[in-house]
Amino acid sequence: MPEQLLFAMEVTLNGLMAGVLYALVALGFVLIFKASGIFNYAQGVMALFAALTLVGIQDGQVPFSHLINAIFGTDVHHFGWHVPAIFAILLTAAVMVLFAWIVERYVLRHLVNQPGIILFMATIGLAYFMEGFGDMMWGSDIKKLDVGLPQGINFAIDDTTFEWFGYGFFIDNLDISATIVAVILVVALTVFSQYSKQGRALRAVADDHQAALSVGISLRFIWVLVWSIAGFVALVAGIMWGSKSGVQFSLSLIALKALPVLMLGGFTSIPGAIVGGLIIGVGEKLFEFTIGPLVGGATENWFAYVLALIFLVFRPQGLFGEKIIERV
Amino acid sequence: MNDMSPDSYVTPDGRTIGGVVMEMKNITLRFGGVVAIKDISFDIREGEIRAIIGPNGAGKSSMLNVISGFYVPQEGEVWFRGSRRPQMKPFEVAAQGIARTFQNIALFDGMSVLDNIMTGRLTMMKTGLFAQSFWFGRAEKEESYHREQVEKIIDFLEIQNIRKTPVGRLPYGLKKRVELARALAAEPKLLLLDEPMAGMNVEEKEDMSRFILDVNDEFGTTIALIEHDMGVVMDLSDRVVVMDYGKKIGDGTPDEVRNNQDVIDAYLGVSHD
Repeated sequence: MPEQLLFAMEVTLNGLMAGVLYALVALGFVLIFKASGIFNYAQGVMALFAALTLVGIQDGQVPFSHLINAIFGTDVHHFGWHVPAIFAILLTAAVMVLFAWIVERYVLRHLVNQPGIILFMATIGLAYFMEGFGDMMWGSDIKKLDVGLPQGINFAIDDTTFEWFGYGFFIDNLDISATIVAVILVVALTVFSQYSKQGRALRAVADDHQAALSVGISLRFIWVLVWSIAGFVALVAGIMWGSKSGVQFSLSLIALKALPVLMLGGFTSIPGAIVGGLIIGVGEKLFEFTIGPLVGGATENWFAYVLALIFLVFRPQGLFGEKIIERV
Repeated sequence: MNDMSPDSYVTPDGRTIGGVVMEMKNITLRFGGVVAIKDISFDIREGEIRAIIGPNGAGKSSMLNVISGFYVPQEGEVWFRGSRRPQMKPFEVAAQGIARTFQNIALFDGMSVLDNIMTGRLTMMKTGLFAQSFWFGRAEKEESYHREQVEKIIDFLEIQNIRKTPVGRLPYGLKKRVELARALAAEPKLLLLDEPMAGMNVEEKEDMSRFILDVNDEFGTTIALIEHDMGVVMDLSDRVVVMDYGKKIGDGTPDEVRNNQDVIDAYLGVSHD
């Protein structure tokens, strides 16, 4: 097989795995948008906050240590213990549920029946608040996140492909675990929303608030539930991206990568988020590989957005978005 | 009020009407300076079809919204099944066994007819979040039991052939029927219908009337309905409350109401001074 083709295959595989990571972020957006019609600008910051909290708990950091030290003149930074990854993840998940409850109680509850743009503005405020709060709680230095996921090149794949083609593929172990986790998450979420009682209630709320109330669904419970799930998805995305590139402010910018994914896949479709993520992941890697050298490279920065723009023109509801049924 | 037997009677067509299920006592509802309902009292008996009628803007829908918890009256008491109801959210009222339909249809357009009707049974499903999430045996058994009940209602309302269709695609008359099905799925102790025949043609109205009578007859469901088509109401209901400008101007059997001078004035239009 020609070298070029093999290289393209490797690029494609890597693109698919990068796509999974985009999809993980997009998934959080879809969940909240489906259930409440809110475009949650804070989703990226939620991932950052979850990752910060996870690192903080793992390392036994004292929350608000800077604040405490400044006020009381003390010098505390660490509790001096180390929490195992699995417990730290569970604790962080609990923190995200608490966060969901707080958002419902102090933000959403007061904005019931407001137009979408007001809720969108509220999530922008929420994003900035969380960003500052996360900094205050855990400090703003760059942190290393390690929950024990294998990292680095997968030698098994490298060796096998070398045996077959005489060319070893470079696949990162972390990307493989991200893919496995994402697949499990998506299957679980789909089954939950299609077949469970709460899932049905969730779809009902997404469709019509008044009707949902009339069949005995508590909007508040559903909102807390859906923000908790979105918080959990943010945690998973935070773990994957954080393990890859460290936990720092730029982690929250992954939300920007999710936008073109959503336009491609549709704002209301869970499978859409996945397929959209994959298309963008593979598309931008392949584009960079083939066209990149001709135009001087760095196409990954804009390719996704241009693709999304083209989609907006020809299929505004995205690949899997709900068909817009209009009766005249 | 708890003692239902002394009050009960049998209608000419052989249905048994029991004691009072719901009683509204001196309800007053205001929106700012506008008085939508002014000191109205009436009751609804078990097994009867009770109509609330009146010209446009009389406060009928407001009254239904008070019963279903969407509006909270400033004054007055709501008594349901023998006890005074504290202030409740609409979803809590629904959980108590009061189901309703809406004047301008509130269905879940993106969901299939079957899923829409299944939401009607949400309050009856007992399996918790955890069991549901993992689809353990109990949750599955429960799901299929509820599914069976829903299929009975689908048969009853003759909508078998559209059960998988997304509701958004259905014509108006069928949507109304699906909404009735969803309300029925909750096995309500009191069923509230907000203008069930609004915007329908004669044929659809006849169908809907038949279904309402059948529901009442078959399941013994207590029904309170709002309608401004006088003819339909008089044929359907056992007792009628007439409202005009937020006040009650008549209450009784269709015949009594028909001969009530205030009611005639309200419908034919006499200057209010």
